[in-house]
Amino acid sequence: MNQNAESSGALPLRTVKVDYLSRVEGEGGLYVRAEGNQVREVKLNIFEPPRFFEAFLRGRYLQEVPDITARICGICPVAYQMSSVHALEAALGVKINPAIRTLRRLLYCGEWIESHALHIYLLQLPDFLGYDSAIAMAADYPKEVELALRLKKIGNDLLDVLGGRATHPVSVCVGGFYKAPRRKDLQKLIPDLEWGLEASIATVRLVAGLKFPDFTPDYEFVSVAHPAEYPMNEYRIVSSRGVDVAPADFESAFLEEHVEHSTALHSRRAGTTTSYFVGPLARVNLNREKLMPRAKEAALACGITWPSRNPFQGVVARAIEMVHAYEEALAIINAYEEPAKSREDFKLRAGEGSAATEAPRGVLYHRYRINDQGLVEFAKIVPPTAQNYARMEDDLRQYLPGVLDRTEPEIARACENLVRNYDPCISCSTHFLKLKLDRE
Amino acid sequence: MTSDARPKLAVYKFASCDGCQLALLNLENELLSLVGAVEIAYFLEASSAVVPGPYDVALVEGSVTTSEDVERIRAIRKDAKYLITIGACATTGGIQALRNWKDVDEFIRYVYATPAYIHTLKTSTPISQHVAVDYELNGCPINKFQALEVLTALLQGHTPHLPAHSVCMECKRRGTVCITVAQGIACLGPVTHTGCGAICPAYNRGCYGCFGPMEEPNADALATYLVTIGVPQRHVVQLLRGFTGYADAFRAASEKLERTAP
Repeated sequence: MNQNAESSGALPLRTVKVDYLSRVEGEGGLYVRAEGNQVREVKLNIFEPPRFFEAFLRGRYLQEVPDITARICGICPVAYQMSSVHALEAALGVKINPAIRTLRRLLYCGEWIESHALHIYLLQLPDFLGYDSAIAMAADYPKEVELALRLKKIGNDLLDVLGGRATHPVSVCVGGFYKAPRRKDLQKLIPDLEWGLEASIATVRLVAGLKFPDFTPDYEFVSVAHPAEYPMNEYRIVSSRGVDVAPADFESAFLEEHVEHSTALHSRRAGTTTSYFVGPLARVNLNREKLMPRAKEAALACGITWPSRNPFQGVVARAIEMVHAYEEALAIINAYEEPAKSREDFKLRAGEGSAATEAPRGVLYHRYRINDQGLVEFAKIVPPTAQNYARMEDDLRQYLPGVLDRTEPEIARACENLVRNYDPCISCSTHFLKLKLDRE
Repeated sequence: MTSDARPKLAVYKFASCDGCQLALLNLENELLSLVGAVEIAYFLEASSAVVPGPYDVALVEGSVTTSEDVERIRAIRKDAKYLITIGACATTGGIQALRNWKDVDEFIRYVYATPAYIHTLKTSTPISQHVAVDYELNGCPINKFQALEVLTALLQGHTPHLPAHSVCMECKRRGTVCITVAQGIACLGPVTHTGCGAICPAYNRGCYGCFGPMEEPNADALATYLVTIGVPQRHVVQLLRGFTGYADAFRAASEKLERTAP
C-alpha cells in the first residue's frame, strides 16, 4: 500500500464497474473504489425503480393485502402472502386451525423448492462451473440442467395445485385458504415428490463437492425459530449473538436506514448498527436440529462442518433445505385429510399486527395497522434482501483485497459470484447491481 | 453480429416483480427446445452473456416510472424488429399505477427517510404510451403457454392465436358455478380478458381482473350491478383499481363510480 498515493494522486485511478448484475432478480450495480490493495468504498447501487407498496396499501381492504404484496416479488410471492396474512391475523386476533397451518407450510415447501432449484442450478451453479448461464451450461451438463428444471417444475406443480398457478397463486386469504386442495390432487404429486427428494439429496452431494473460496467473515446469523419445527411461518426471531424476540419486537432489534446510492433500504442491528445475515445459511446454522430426518442426514454426510461461516456454502444450505422441503411436503401430503373448513371466520376490529416468516431468501417482516372497517392505515415491509445489503457490502470490503491483483473482468466476476451467494432479490427490496471499480 | 442464424431474443425489465420473466423460465419442459430455436441475446435474469443488438424480438416486462426508462424504452424500440410487452405492468401500468390517482411526493415521503434521494415520475404508464408495441400479452403474471404461442407464431411467421373472450365465458366452459349469482361475491369475470383459465372462481373467490379488460367490456354495467346486489361501492372501486386498474376501461369505470354518490 502506497501511503502517498492518495495525497499525490501519483497512482492512476482505477474503477471496477458491473453495470448490471446478472442472474439476480431485479436490477442493480456495484461500485468499488480502490487504492492499491486498499478498498476505499463499496456501494451496491440499487436502481430498481421504487413502486411504493407501503404507500398505496393504505386504504385498501385487508383481504386484498396478500394479493397485492405478492406482486412485490414474482419469485417468492408466497412469502409475501404468508407474512401479510399472519400479520393481519395478529391484528384481528384470529387463530388459525392446525389443518390450515399445515397447508400453509405445504405451500411454503412448494415455493422453497421452485426458488431454491432456480437459484442453485440456474443462477448460481454457472458461477462455480464457469459459465455465463445455465443455458450455456446445458451444452456440457445436459443431465444436470434437465434435473434442475424437473426439480423446479415439481415445486411449481405443488403451487399450482394449492394456489391455481405457480406465480401469484390465488388461494391464500386472511383466515386460511379460499379453497383447500383435494386429497386426490395432492396424491398425484407423490411419485414426483419422491423422485425430487432423491434428486435433492443428489444435489446436496453435487454442490457440497464444489470448490469454495476460503472466506469466513464473523457473521451474525438471523432467522425465525420455532421450538418444534424447521422455521417457516412463525414463532420468534433469533440470532447467533443472542437476539430472541417476538415478531412484535422485531423493530426494536433491527433498524432500516436510507442510503443515497440505493432505492432499497438497508437494515442493521439496533444499538451496534452492525450488519447481519439472513437466508438459508442462517437458517441451517441456527435450526439444523429441526431439519427433517433425511435432510439432517444429508447435512451431516455432506462433509461440511456446521455451523458454516463461508457464504459460498450457502448453496449447500439451500440444497439441504430443498431436501427438507421435499421431505416435509411428502409427509404433509401422506397425512392429509381435507379440512371441514378452509378458512376461519373473523370479525373486523381495529388493531395492529406483525409477523416474520422465512421467505426462500430469509426473514420477511410485515407490520400493519388496520381500522375497524378492515382498511389498512399503516404498512411496513422489510424484505430479506434489504436486510442482507449491508452484509453484502461488508463482505465485499473484506473479500476485495484478496482479488484486487486480478484483471478487472475477473474482479467483477468474483464480486458478482460473492453477491449471488445471497440470492439477492432486487425487485423485493426496492425499495440492486452495476459494478464500478475506481482504483486510485 | 455473430454468425448464429437463429433469431435473437432480448428480454428487458422495467418497474415490475420479475414474475413474467420467470414465466419464461417456468417453461421447464419447453425451455431447452426454445433456446435451441432462438438465441437468448439479452436476458440478465438468466444469463451474464450479452450479444449486441439489433434483436429480432424484444420482450418487455414492467411499466415506465422514471425519466431514464422513457429514454431506455425508445432505444429498445429502435433496436428491435418486434416489440412484445409481457404482463399487466407493461400493458397497463401495473399495480404501481395506483400512484396515478395519488400524490407521488407524499408516497416518497411515506416510504423513504430522505426523499431527495428518490427520482421517479408522477405516473406509472404502459409501454404503449411511449413507443409502438407489436403485440401485448396480458396477465399478472402472463400465462407461459401464451408466451410460447406468441414466440412460436413469430418464429413461424403466422399470427398468434390467443382467445379474446371473457373469464366469465371460461367459467362456463370449465363448469364452475357462478360465484356472483350463487354467493353474491364480487367478480370481474364478465369484463376481464381470459388467459388465466378462470382460476379465481374455481378457487371460490371473485376474479380480480389481472388479465385486464377484454375487448369492448361493459365495466360500468358490471360495477352498477355489483353495487345493486349489495357490494359496498368502495370495494367495487378498489376491485376495478387493481393490477390492471389504469387500463382505459377499468379506469373509466372506477372513476365514474367514484363520482356517483354512494
